[in-house]
Amino acid sequence: MTEQKKIHRVLIGKPGLDGHDRGAKFLARALRDAGFEVVYTGIRRTPDEIAAAAVQEDVSAVGLSLLSGAHLTLFPAVVQALKNAGAGDIPVLGGGVIPDEDIGLLKDAGIIEVFTPGTPVAQIIAAFRTACETQESRRS
Amino acid sequence: MMSEQILKGLRDRDPRGIARAISLVEENDPLADEILASLDDSLVDQATVLGITGPPGAGKSTLTDRIISNYRSQGRRVGVIAVDPSSPISGGAILGDRIRMMGHALDQDVVVRSMATRGRLGGLCAAAGAAVRILAGSGCSVIIIETVGVGQSEMDIIRLADITALVLAPGLGDDIQAMKAGLLEVADILIVNKADCAGAETLAMDMESIAREGGGNKKDGAKVCMTVASEGRGIDELLAAIETVDASHRESGERRARREKAYDLEVLDWALEMIKPSIIEKIEKGDHDRKGTPRLQAAKLLGQE
Repeated sequence: MTEQKKIHRVLIGKPGLDGHDRGAKFLARALRDAGFEVVYTGIRRTPDEIAAAAVQEDVSAVGLSLLSGAHLTLFPAVVQALKNAGAGDIPVLGGGVIPDEDIGLLKDAGIIEVFTPGTPVAQIIAAFRTACETQESRRS
Repeated sequence: MMSEQILKGLRDRDPRGIARAISLVEENDPLADEILASLDDSLVDQATVLGITGPPGAGKSTLTDRIISNYRSQGRRVGVIAVDPSSPISGGAILGDRIRMMGHALDQDVVVRSMATRGRLGGLCAAAGAAVRILAGSGCSVIIIETVGVGQSEMDIIRLADITALVLAPGLGDDIQAMKAGLLEVADILIVNKADCAGAETLAMDMESIAREGGGNKKDGAKVCMTVASEGRGIDELLAAIETVDASHRESGERRARREKAYDLEVLDWALEMIKPSIIEKIEKGDHDRKGTPRLQAAKLLGQE
């Protein structure tokens, strides 16, 4: 390893009034075990708080977890908050209890990947890795 | 983002510019020199760097959150570098110190940056030191370095601070535990947090007696403060104690002496960081014969035979 392997930084957050953080914590650990540095913001954050933290921590991707059913409102709100913070280039991925018919709507709203309870964790990690690599090559 | 954009962002205190600058320096990017050279040295000189260390669960992040609130009420811009350990197995890390400080997330004058130890041999002090400079250069007059007080690299980081506070809490082990790690020698202020819990008085008395005896290379003993960070109790007294120590350090020349030591430490760390890749390359290229002891081989590699 002459060149130090680039370590990807990501943020995992839970927007809105949903305290069910088992999925978010599980994913945070899985990403850590896959070599990511994971900034975890905890539960009940506003989209603006998540965007501000993503900017300060200079993450390459933001992952959102939501089980309350408010994903159609809150996921796009985070995308918008990032744009407002001048960080609309940071990719947003989302997961949770999300009906199939909502996935297209979320992707249209700028969520680049959507994961549901059946998604294998390896697939989620691969999606984060791709998102980070794309963002980092675009940025440099 | 282009380099001019980052430099401009840094000047304008743009959160994105500051964040990118810290990453680039941490990643040893070619732009690092330009970024660090562009900083206003007088701001770096004037800033107060406060180190907060202690065992896991003592309440460092919660206390940091309260200290931020207090400084913000004085109108000071605050930077925080929160260091968490990387997994030695995967190299990944969960950086969770922010959770306790999210109340300040929307305050543009509170800049929080999480940093993983990345298990590096050298490099951590260099990265943290550079982050301190960038935060100071972007107008933070107080910079808090928060780190778990175990392990060599974490201890080295805390030596970058002008003033060091050690946070302890009852129930995390007896006074022998506190005496072990050498933590007491570096601390200017001993904080007994969770002071409303059973055992706090005893812990404070133990700390008082240790503080009276002095220790390490400090002439006068540490101050002991009691706090209940979760309720914001004792924070005013703590800040007053910090102020007193800072004033006495500035007067006695201790502050300058520590800055000089910290500078040397950062230089050493950067040097190690810079020579490491070429050594690793030599080893990996295998242009040595794996004969003799590893120690001799190392000397040969460095041309010190």
